[in-house]
Amino acid sequence: MSAIQETVTDAPAIDAVPKRAMTLGAGTSAVVLLLLLVMPLFVKNFVIFQLTTVLIYGLAVLALNILTGGSGQFSLGQSAFYALGAYISAVLMEHAGMNYALTLPISGIICFAFGFLFGLPALRLSGIYLALATFALAVAMPQFLKLGALEEWTGGVQGLVVTKPDAPFGLPLSQDTWLYYFTLAIAIAIYIASINLLRSRSGRAMMAIRDNEIAASAMGINVALYKTLAFGVSAGITGVAGGLGAIVVQFVAPDSYTIQLAIALFLGMVVGGVGWLPGSIVGAAFIVFVPNIAESISKGLSGAVFGVLLFVVIFLVPHGARQVALVCQHWIGKLKRS
Amino acid sequence: MPVLQMRLATLSAAFIVFAATTSGALAQKKYDPGATDTEIKIGNIMPYSGPASAYGVIGKTEAAYFNKINAEGGINGRKINFISYDDAYSPPKTVEQARKLVESDEVLLIFNSLGTPPNSAIHKYMNSKKVPQLFVATGATKWNDPKHFPWTMGWQPNYQSETRIYAKYILKNMPNAKIAVMYQNDDYGKDYLQGLLDGLGSKAKTMIVAEESYETSEPTVDSHIVKLKASGADVFINISTPKFAAQAIKKIAEIGWKPTHFLNNVSASIGSVIKPAGYENAQGIISSAYLKDPTDPQWKDDAGMKGWNAFLDKYYPEANRADASVMYGYTVAQTMVHVLKACGDNLTRANVMKQAASMKNLSFGGLLPGVTINTSATDFAPLAQLQLEKFEGNTWHRFGDIISGDVGG
Repeated sequence: MSAIQETVTDAPAIDAVPKRAMTLGAGTSAVVLLLLLVMPLFVKNFVIFQLTTVLIYGLAVLALNILTGGSGQFSLGQSAFYALGAYISAVLMEHAGMNYALTLPISGIICFAFGFLFGLPALRLSGIYLALATFALAVAMPQFLKLGALEEWTGGVQGLVVTKPDAPFGLPLSQDTWLYYFTLAIAIAIYIASINLLRSRSGRAMMAIRDNEIAASAMGINVALYKTLAFGVSAGITGVAGGLGAIVVQFVAPDSYTIQLAIALFLGMVVGGVGWLPGSIVGAAFIVFVPNIAESISKGLSGAVFGVLLFVVIFLVPHGARQVALVCQHWIGKLKRS
Repeated sequence: MPVLQMRLATLSAAFIVFAATTSGALAQKKYDPGATDTEIKIGNIMPYSGPASAYGVIGKTEAAYFNKINAEGGINGRKINFISYDDAYSPPKTVEQARKLVESDEVLLIFNSLGTPPNSAIHKYMNSKKVPQLFVATGATKWNDPKHFPWTMGWQPNYQSETRIYAKYILKNMPNAKIAVMYQNDDYGKDYLQGLLDGLGSKAKTMIVAEESYETSEPTVDSHIVKLKASGADVFINISTPKFAAQAIKKIAEIGWKPTHFLNNVSASIGSVIKPAGYENAQGIISSAYLKDPTDPQWKDDAGMKGWNAFLDKYYPEANRADASVMYGYTVAQTMVHVLKACGDNLTRANVMKQAASMKNLSFGGLLPGVTINTSATDFAPLAQLQLEKFEGNTWHRFGDIISGDVGG
């Protein structure tokens, strides 16, 4: 049993990412931030909407990255937390008349609690078994949302339409631009908080568990606690992303949060580079834009084209965007020296 | 000085000529984004991938039909540019694609986007942008609401009116029936169920003795059928999509249950439901229809069916002719072409809605004889008529009158 389990738990293709390598240098960060800030000034509202979607999925991928890259646990159930966050925000806005910004922390906290509680029993499982348990959660969630008992609030299968907020204080911004900056501000705050979390004592504990659970517990780390904590934090951030998603898309329905979403997020994490937080946004851009590219190549075979593109990415850069970034860094370093 | 005067004179003359031509042009031709002298851009969103990808055929049929129209010279000299995107039946993706169509491709209208959740997601957006969301491909009842959503219009008879018709029939012919219902646990199934409950009214509580819902992810509905039989019901209302409907018909015969079987028209196809379930098992099933079933032998020599076949031969030869979606896409595309023709040179979004809301007794080759398309400023449900039919031998026998089951949204 233990031999089998070890081969299974050893399987994750997560290299021990040193914690410095998890982030970007200050210069690069500033450039990326500047780009994100000025981009909306030059594009149409519809593209701004797409960029906002990328930021939101980026947050959800980041949350998964903390879980998988940080503490070494797999989850295919992120769509469930995303859905929960989305519905909490939508229900609070539409039925309780709450301000959209206030609903987000509530979504985050409830999802954190939910994730933490779900983590308690689930984390007795490890590796692919945990992935399966979370998979079950993702499959079950859309059906819970359809339950007749909750229909009064959730709108059942018909979903719930959410009112799109205007820019506050009479700022001369379109709704889309405002939501973009609003999302960007939250994304940056969560990004910085996540990096600090991983650099803290808790983060080191999580990474120790990821690298070798037995050694970590021998050093006195409360393995169960930190694993559950990572699960909770990840669920909480995903919940905030879900809430933002509901506000931006203006609609929640069970069909928006199927297992496909969970797989897309997982895909985003792998493409962005497991354990490399800045890669989250690259991964999110991949899951938002590449299906469109695939569709423009062939309508009937868009799924197959997407598969081929994904295959190419995994084959050429198995460590995702992180690998590309490292190569670039290497070349820039060479140029500087010469 | 004279030179300057001359110039001024020419300038003003030129200005007058210019003004005259433009105002003349304005009087004749009016365009909103998406329409020009040579082209009409139509947007469409379909689930070409994902769980509902079987319906992607509708989009392909429509594209083929617009190709035919273009090959025959277009609409009033304008070619149709049909831009169809994939949303994989995921509402957030639908919003993205709808915004792309409206804000980036600048289409005149979005036509026949498919599915209740995807259309719900863009309902408000389309109406706030005042872009027509025409002939949505869903049978939900809420699309017929011109007062609150003047830019959205359905097309097919809505689900609720169909089960209302069955309820009426049961109350009249079998007032003591014990009814068992099976439905798909989603918007489509629940809408149908609602129609049944409304149709039975106060009797619903006593007449319905068993309800079972199934999920599309289940491999078979056999266990539900066994449970329903155990309830002792003598009427079975089958609200399921083709694969599950065929399973149910087969299982009912297998366990020797003999209820009066009502089958929703979503699954009334002979080719994809009755044949796989076995003709002998399907005898006596009651359903309803508004389109001709291409696999039904009674239409073999029908003119409308011949037209459909000729179109498929030339423009969409690889189509599966047993698939009811092909007939659906063909007929809804014809309706679209009719509206655009009626618009003439006034291709504004407001006029498109106006023309769509003034179709009177329109009939196409794919519709059952007697079924017509009617709309008005207060009625945004183009098709509202159905005819009951009973399966006998190897074909549907229509009986009774064409019944209208208008339900407002």
